[in-house]
Amino acid sequence: MSQDPIVITGLGVVAPNGIGTEQQWKATLAKRSGIAPLPEDVRGGSGLPAGGLVADFDADQFVVDRQRVQTDRWTWFCLAAAELCLADAELDFDRTDPYCLSVVTPSSTGGNVFGQRELQSLWSKGPRAVTAYQSVAWFYAASAGQLSIRHGFKGRCTVTVADGAGGLAAAGAALRMLRSEPDQRVLVAGGEAPFSPYSVVCHQKRTDLSRSGDYQPFRTPATGGVIGEGGAALLVETLESATARRAPGRYAELASVACTHDAHDHVLAPPTPDALAAAITRALWRADVTPAEVDIVFADGNGAEDWDALEVAALRSCLGAQLADVPIVVPKTMTGRLNSAGALLDLCWAAQALVYDVAPPSLGADEPGRLDVVGEPCFAAGLSVALVVARGAGGFNAAAVLKSIGGRA
Amino acid sequence: MTRRTAVTGIGVVAPGGPTREAFWQRVLEGRPAVRTITAFDPSPFRSQVAAECDDVPDLHEDRYISMAAAAADEAVADAGIDLSTVDPFTVGVSMGTAVGASLRLEEEYARASDKGHVWTVDGTRVHSDLYPALVPSSLATEVAIRLRARGPVMTISTGCTSGIDSIGVAHELIVDGEADVVIAGASDAPVTPITAASFDAIRATTPRNEDPVTASRPFDATREGFVLGEGAAVLVLEELSAARRRGARIYCELAGYAGRANSFHMTGLKPDGTEMAEAIRIALRRAGLQPGQVDYISAHGSGTKQNDRHETAAFKLALGEHARSTPISSIKAVVGHSLGAIGAIEMAACALAIRDRVVPPTANLRNPSPECDLDYVPLIARQHHVRSALSVGSGFGGFQSAMVFSEIADGGR
Repeated sequence: MSQDPIVITGLGVVAPNGIGTEQQWKATLAKRSGIAPLPEDVRGGSGLPAGGLVADFDADQFVVDRQRVQTDRWTWFCLAAAELCLADAELDFDRTDPYCLSVVTPSSTGGNVFGQRELQSLWSKGPRAVTAYQSVAWFYAASAGQLSIRHGFKGRCTVTVADGAGGLAAAGAALRMLRSEPDQRVLVAGGEAPFSPYSVVCHQKRTDLSRSGDYQPFRTPATGGVIGEGGAALLVETLESATARRAPGRYAELASVACTHDAHDHVLAPPTPDALAAAITRALWRADVTPAEVDIVFADGNGAEDWDALEVAALRSCLGAQLADVPIVVPKTMTGRLNSAGALLDLCWAAQALVYDVAPPSLGADEPGRLDVVGEPCFAAGLSVALVVARGAGGFNAAAVLKSIGGRA
Repeated sequence: MTRRTAVTGIGVVAPGGPTREAFWQRVLEGRPAVRTITAFDPSPFRSQVAAECDDVPDLHEDRYISMAAAAADEAVADAGIDLSTVDPFTVGVSMGTAVGASLRLEEEYARASDKGHVWTVDGTRVHSDLYPALVPSSLATEVAIRLRARGPVMTISTGCTSGIDSIGVAHELIVDGEADVVIAGASDAPVTPITAASFDAIRATTPRNEDPVTASRPFDATREGFVLGEGAAVLVLEELSAARRRGARIYCELAGYAGRANSFHMTGLKPDGTEMAEAIRIALRRAGLQPGQVDYISAHGSGTKQNDRHETAAFKLALGEHARSTPISSIKAVVGHSLGAIGAIEMAACALAIRDRVVPPTANLRNPSPECDLDYVPLIARQHHVRSALSVGSGFGGFQSAMVFSEIADGGR
């Protein structure tokens, strides 16, 4: 089993507040929010007034015609983020064994608009009205298959589903792959597009979502969270692989991922934070990092009172007195929660924070809350270790540690 | 020290067999559990037959989760492991599904949209909190809650290879030291109008409606497509040395797993089988086996023209001449193709084949296809000492997966 460090050599972002890694990073530092009112036909009577919307996304720019007609918007986000990531990584496909290119996608709600359209055809017109593409467009593995086909990846393809923690679960799967098959380069790419009328109805009874459209985690009184759409991608490979192919940039080391579960209830918060704390503790231990060495925390920031209280308690138990000194950031306040793709977006932000020595801001930080979060971009020389925390509905907990490798090498 | 994975418990809910042993008996008898669909009116559909489960215990409002819960309960009881004595953070869950709760989502959609007559559905007509149905992570959640598993928990959803891949991921969690025990398997309940219509549209399912019992005919010259099925299987996987220490009965070792993609087409397969062969080679290498040491292959054997041809080529590529003398069978003629679940059900069959030293037959194989010219064990089960078994799966997206199980002398004791 390989012990070679695993490094991130490419990033790709398609977010409600910006498309393209640099552009979206600048938008984040400028505190530009992509959260907006949902269109009336999507919102319906759900009581969910707002979402993180990628308003100016042009699928034609990233998705070839043939693939676009047979795929849903969530796959477009995934393909777009991957396209940007692979270009960033400057991977030379002509000199790479296709069996050494693997794909991991987190997935959660599948192809919502496509699926609803086909359901409508079936129920209003009959089985013959269902198209041939339904069988491959809405299901949870659609994006992984399309990524493999689009880019000629013939290595492993897998799809992790752990709701909002799925992005870190996918990163963990990539780590395991690279330890057992160190000659792989693994594209970890996720997308979410939850804004079909039926999907929004499926969200309507969630008690952790905002009914005002505000999303300000850790605030008292709590706002709840806002769901969002978009995609994010990372290319990860061993340091040896990156060095051998002279990868132009190495953002950070993906030092560890740890996942746990509350095993409590499909909806309700658990009585104690111990499972989330265990994920954080394990991630730090696997990365050989002490709590005192953590320089920045990308919190999950659910936004609901009980879930926020649990996260604060978990961070307090893991970081102790350090919690008062370390910058806590929740930049997803500008994008909404992208479900399975959300933690990948956090990893992209965290990697850039380590490169630029900047803690990105969070919206709503000027309000009183359970935890002080960073409200303005904050230069922090020597950022070396980032902790990323993610949770998913149903009790999923995950934590990851990124380590600086001294600026973008 | 290298960590290894033992299979110590098996639970199965399958068409015609609501328990592990009932399922196994039915498979060995080669008696198809296929019938005209009863879950909905199939008359408007091209394919009107399916392998349906009866007497599914009502353990959860989503049928696929009920089946998984029943299989998990049976597997844990079979393993004889008292999970209350194990650190819950060392117990993981890895469960596969291809289409999740599409059954309930479709029922609720039909109600909320007035049977598709409006685009903006009426949320007040939805009966329940549908979010857990929307996300297939609920499958892993339910198993974790049920068994108090608090280690790494996830659903794996890679379409029709979900069952192999979820167990493969579980194996990796054990080998990597992230868990000592993993409850792993898969479940699907896809006998629904939308899934049936989806497969009708690409003519993947059989139109042989007049005689359901012979509708699924893997490797037969007259095969016309697969038969939709439903079911679940769950394995208890434990780190081998720990399983030995507690004196567990060990069915076999999960010795090697690999996956590859064909990067070719979402539903199409090249006839040469190259990528599946590559997955098989890697799985064998990880298991420390030579191709000549494979004693049995549990084929994907869906009964479509292209799959069975593709798979035959893959076996020849991966095993060489040994492919011709290796017994190979598909149990899908008996239990149908339950999409994400079937890989786990087939792995349960592999473990039982090792236990009982018997190879299940390929039911309905009466006219072997000239392009499927290997030993596909037609109709009758065969006594055979299976020291190592290979199970393969092929799925939409181009995913190809392979798993190797090996006998452990004296049941590991």
